[in-house]
Amino acid sequence: MDRTETFYRKLSLIRRFETHLLEQFSWGKLSGTTHTCIGQEANAVGLTAHMTGDDVVFSNHRCHGHYLALTDDVAGLLAELMGREQGVCHGWGGSQHLHRDGFYSNGIQGGIVANAVGAALAEKTKNSGAVTTVFLGDGTLGEGIVYEAMNLAALWALPVLFVIEHNGYAQSTPTAMQLAGEVAARPRAFGIETHCLASNDTDAVYAAATPLFDGLRSDGKPRCFVSFTYRLGPHSKGDDTRDPAEIEAKRADDPVLSYRRKLPEDVATRIDAANQQRLVEIVARLEQSAPAGSQHP
Amino acid sequence: MTARLMVHQINAALNELMAEDERIYVIGEDVLDPYGGAFKVTKGLSTRFPQRVLTTPISEAVIVGAATGMALRGLRPVCEIMFGDFLGLAFDQILNHATKYPLMYAQNVPCPITIRTPMGGRRGYGPTHSQSLEKYFVGIPGLEVTALHRFQPVQPFYRRALLDGDGPSLIIENKMMYGQTPLAHLKDGYDDFQLRRHGRDVVEAELSLTGFAHEDLTLITYGGMSDLCLSAAKQALIDFEISANVIILGNLSPLPLDVLTAACERTGRVLVVEEGTRAWGVGSEIVAQLTPRLWSRLKAAPARVACEAPVLPNSQALENEFLPSVADILQQMRALVTA
Repeated sequence: MDRTETFYRKLSLIRRFETHLLEQFSWGKLSGTTHTCIGQEANAVGLTAHMTGDDVVFSNHRCHGHYLALTDDVAGLLAELMGREQGVCHGWGGSQHLHRDGFYSNGIQGGIVANAVGAALAEKTKNSGAVTTVFLGDGTLGEGIVYEAMNLAALWALPVLFVIEHNGYAQSTPTAMQLAGEVAARPRAFGIETHCLASNDTDAVYAAATPLFDGLRSDGKPRCFVSFTYRLGPHSKGDDTRDPAEIEAKRADDPVLSYRRKLPEDVATRIDAANQQRLVEIVARLEQSAPAGSQHP
Repeated sequence: MTARLMVHQINAALNELMAEDERIYVIGEDVLDPYGGAFKVTKGLSTRFPQRVLTTPISEAVIVGAATGMALRGLRPVCEIMFGDFLGLAFDQILNHATKYPLMYAQNVPCPITIRTPMGGRRGYGPTHSQSLEKYFVGIPGLEVTALHRFQPVQPFYRRALLDGDGPSLIIENKMMYGQTPLAHLKDGYDDFQLRRHGRDVVEAELSLTGFAHEDLTLITYGGMSDLCLSAAKQALIDFEISANVIILGNLSPLPLDVLTAACERTGRVLVVEEGTRAWGVGSEIVAQLTPRLWSRLKAAPARVACEAPVLPNSQALENEFLPSVADILQQMRALVTA
């Protein structure tokens, strides 16, 4: 499968997965909460495509896309959200707290940035060559520990990629009401090489990240990638107070639908169908499975 | 450096353990030579292990946060938080990161981070450099909290936290204790007390003036109140013919309940003595956990001595007035026995 097909397969899979989740929540078949990345999938797919088996990822509350793009573990994630024993964290973590191999996520804003810096330090001491990527949003920039962590990463020249997915909102609060100054000026103030991209095109994300990963792997110094993107779905489930006209206008730049047009219709249809089939089978299998037991942790 | 004082023994333990295992990193503020840490615990370490002693900006949250990331990826970091009072700045990293990862991922994720910090007053450092804040941490699930004391063999104590465990651990070191002589070499007696130890690596010291028999009450304490409890026990026997056994805790969380139960069953009277503030304190939880185990043997309601001041004054005279004293302990001992 060529890269375009691979990227589209992942984009379409993440979108279908999360659309399924929102339906399940709305029908009361899933309980608790979730944060989907609908509209932001290009970052997940374009960035994780640069990662190798040794690399480390720290992600946040909006982590499904990052997790699926990296691990392809649909069954483990869905089972986790359904509270099943087969869940990647056996039903204890849920939507926001996932761990598999080098992937870690946490529902607390900002704290993971410090953990990522420490992980990068460990990998550096082991000479593993691993790059540690940490995903944060514009809303996370309100947390002080982000700056402590950036300072340390720059000071100690640690191989961390800070990815700021700037979707214009801190939950319901528009950026203009919660953030002074420029986003990119923040990492740059610490001397961190920073690249900005205003595109929802996965190929553009992938291309923009190429020099960042190359640089990280050659000199080991931290880099920052600021992605100006947009969340087409709600922050959580039904909690959207944005102007519907604003969201509608952004649909023209839907990263999944736009990318689909790069493929011949029959190829795209085949990929969609395969993803759908896969999801349906996993859902059917998990619906028969028992809820998580209580032997953990 | 000869291991003359407690601070030297901690330093020697860190030296030995770092030499033994290169996964151990020391991370904290001003820990490099020639300064060697505000209380000189890390003196010499950066000269001997220059790659593994990391001095940081004044950023307690990222000290613990980075150490957590290091621990998740196979290292065994030891954080020095210069004053225990500064732990508040790292609270979220302890509560929602270091301790949460192993628990919420439910799949044996090791996070062997050790945090060492000095607590306690009586040095005139004032409201934000003298507190005993361990009570805010003992209630965090997944965090082992221990308190160093002079009867505790120092090297095994640190070895257990740094090398043996796979989870997060908080070590409380008392500031006054740094400058005191270690008593770990004593086998079965100290001053006029008979001494015995419970536990293997982290030990509880139990002291009695009457041969671990015929005691009227049990004093339970740790850290900076240990010496005061011993003085109070001695004075109580001489002046009031009240005999007490004294338990000096090494384990704060989880509590060594069997040791405490056995010691308190003999006396039926329990007095917990701590330097931190009273409400929702370490003593509250000790009493709550012990009471059901002792219920039928209790001769009086368990009591507590703690700091009554909402803030520790800077003035040495005021500090002495408000921190728990030998007289305060004696008063409560007498009240318990006559209750």
